[in-house]
Amino acid sequence: MSTTTPRARRSKGASAALHTTLVVASLVALFPIAFIALVSLRGEDGWTHPTRLSGFTLSNYRHVLADTQFPTWFLNSVIVAGGTMLLGVLISASAGYAVSRMRFPGGRPLMWSFLLCQMFPVAVLIVPLYNILGGLGLLDSYGGLILTLCSVSVPFCAWMLKGYFDTVPREIDESGRVDGLTPFGTFWRLIVPLARPGLAVTAFYTFLTAWGEVAFATQFMSSESKYTLAVGLQTFVGPHRAEWGLMTASSVLIMVPAGLLFFFAQKHLVAGLTAGGTKG
Amino acid sequence: MVLPVVVVLAVLVGYPLGRGLYLSFTDADEANIGRVIGDFHVPATYRFVGLDNYWNILSGKEGSFYPRLGWTVVWTASCVLLHYSIGLGLAMLLNRPMRGRSLYRVLLILPWAVPAFVAAFAWKLMYNTQNGVINAVLAKVGVGAVDWLGDPFVQKLSVIAVNTWLGVPFMMVAILGGLQAIPRELHEAAEMDGASPWQRFRNVTLPGLRPVSGTVVLLGTIWTFNMFPIIYLVIGQAGGTKSEILVTYAYRLAFQGVRDYAGSASYGIVILSLLLVFSVFHRRMLSRQEGSL
Repeated sequence: MSTTTPRARRSKGASAALHTTLVVASLVALFPIAFIALVSLRGEDGWTHPTRLSGFTLSNYRHVLADTQFPTWFLNSVIVAGGTMLLGVLISASAGYAVSRMRFPGGRPLMWSFLLCQMFPVAVLIVPLYNILGGLGLLDSYGGLILTLCSVSVPFCAWMLKGYFDTVPREIDESGRVDGLTPFGTFWRLIVPLARPGLAVTAFYTFLTAWGEVAFATQFMSSESKYTLAVGLQTFVGPHRAEWGLMTASSVLIMVPAGLLFFFAQKHLVAGLTAGGTKG
Repeated sequence: MVLPVVVVLAVLVGYPLGRGLYLSFTDADEANIGRVIGDFHVPATYRFVGLDNYWNILSGKEGSFYPRLGWTVVWTASCVLLHYSIGLGLAMLLNRPMRGRSLYRVLLILPWAVPAFVAAFAWKLMYNTQNGVINAVLAKVGVGAVDWLGDPFVQKLSVIAVNTWLGVPFMMVAILGGLQAIPRELHEAAEMDGASPWQRFRNVTLPGLRPVSGTVVLLGTIWTFNMFPIIYLVIGQAGGTKSEILVTYAYRLAFQGVRDYAGSASYGIVILSLLLVFSVFHRRMLSRQEGSL
């Protein structure tokens, strides 16, 4: 029987190959991000000399923050993504809990329809939604966009959270009932605090989905003061102009909050995803 | 408790879906859809046309359906295959004890944190024919400039590369989770029985990953099939490109030129049906495999 550790057992050659592969892969993963950051620091025309490593300046950032609508768009994105996150988590948590705990007619089909919602191409929903929002006067408003974005993320989150709630022991619900709590009281007072990691993953997921959504935002937000980042950035590098300096600087600014959030959530993300995936 | 989600789904998904389905049987477009201008209500004048839209699509009259379907399938299959195999490979490498493991992990996950539209723009800049970094590097090693986003074939390779870059981290992380769920004893027992690394991979690792693989491949396929921002933003909104997938084409149909709402809705329904057929088929296959174990 071999008692050596795996690392000792691996030959020098195999070890070198392993590290070379991982370093190359990391470089590939990192390169586009690093490149954008580099170009953003090289002034308005820096992008025309992609391999030069000099002439660093913050002028692109100054320009983006002071002379464009970028701060407004950023704020809009925060409002929309934040709103979607709050509303989406609230709805999907109650739904996920209900499906996890209660037996009611249509429970299983409901889970299936959650997954099904993932399949809806933008093209089916976008026209009717456009007309409905138009009829309600909700086009070009935060509320309208938040509602539509919830339709994108709620089904998946409910599905994910159902898997998470399944891991919370049922005895806790029962003890809540014994203490005289209503079903909603049990959910709110006992289960929600316990499921906090799962809820955090869901919140993170809804936020990022809304933060990066392009199709709905492009059609529904028609005035420049209501653009989200995904829409506003298109005006920097649209068919008629190519302000790559502005684009790269704003990209970096956009990646910072998303990256930070991500950094804190990534470990739980796996657990949340696989809990829903393997038990669904 | 279920009520809110049922209501939300009904209002935000069910009703639009029903209306989309209805629109797909009409000739609705921008001119006849009916709308309110100020206090003045313009009534809708579109007509019911039965299966005409579907006939137009399936006979290839509208938007060269079959070539586009072919490309969409190639796009989805190659992206998911690359996502899965690269993700699996990296996950296997990361799943063993070694120096710097958590650093590699964080670096490899990074693309996941990049919103798709930022990735699309970043790659578009890198692909730039005259001033792109890729061509600059190629020029240094003596290879002439490649028109990454011009030629239809190269264009397709380019978008697949972007989407692969963006999608691998998700697969890698999910598979890593799956790998860690496989009991170590199984590997040790197989090793003791004299199984080669390849045999262990085939007979222990892959079956152990099946539940996770089934889910991520299904989700990945659905997401890639409907992947909107990469194609839309990298290739550009210019009309008539051969590299558009079904979803972006349907989107343009609805919001460019004469807004053909009905045609777009029918396209959407066709896409949805394709995905439904796929997922039912996928599920069948999974449960059959499980039964044979």
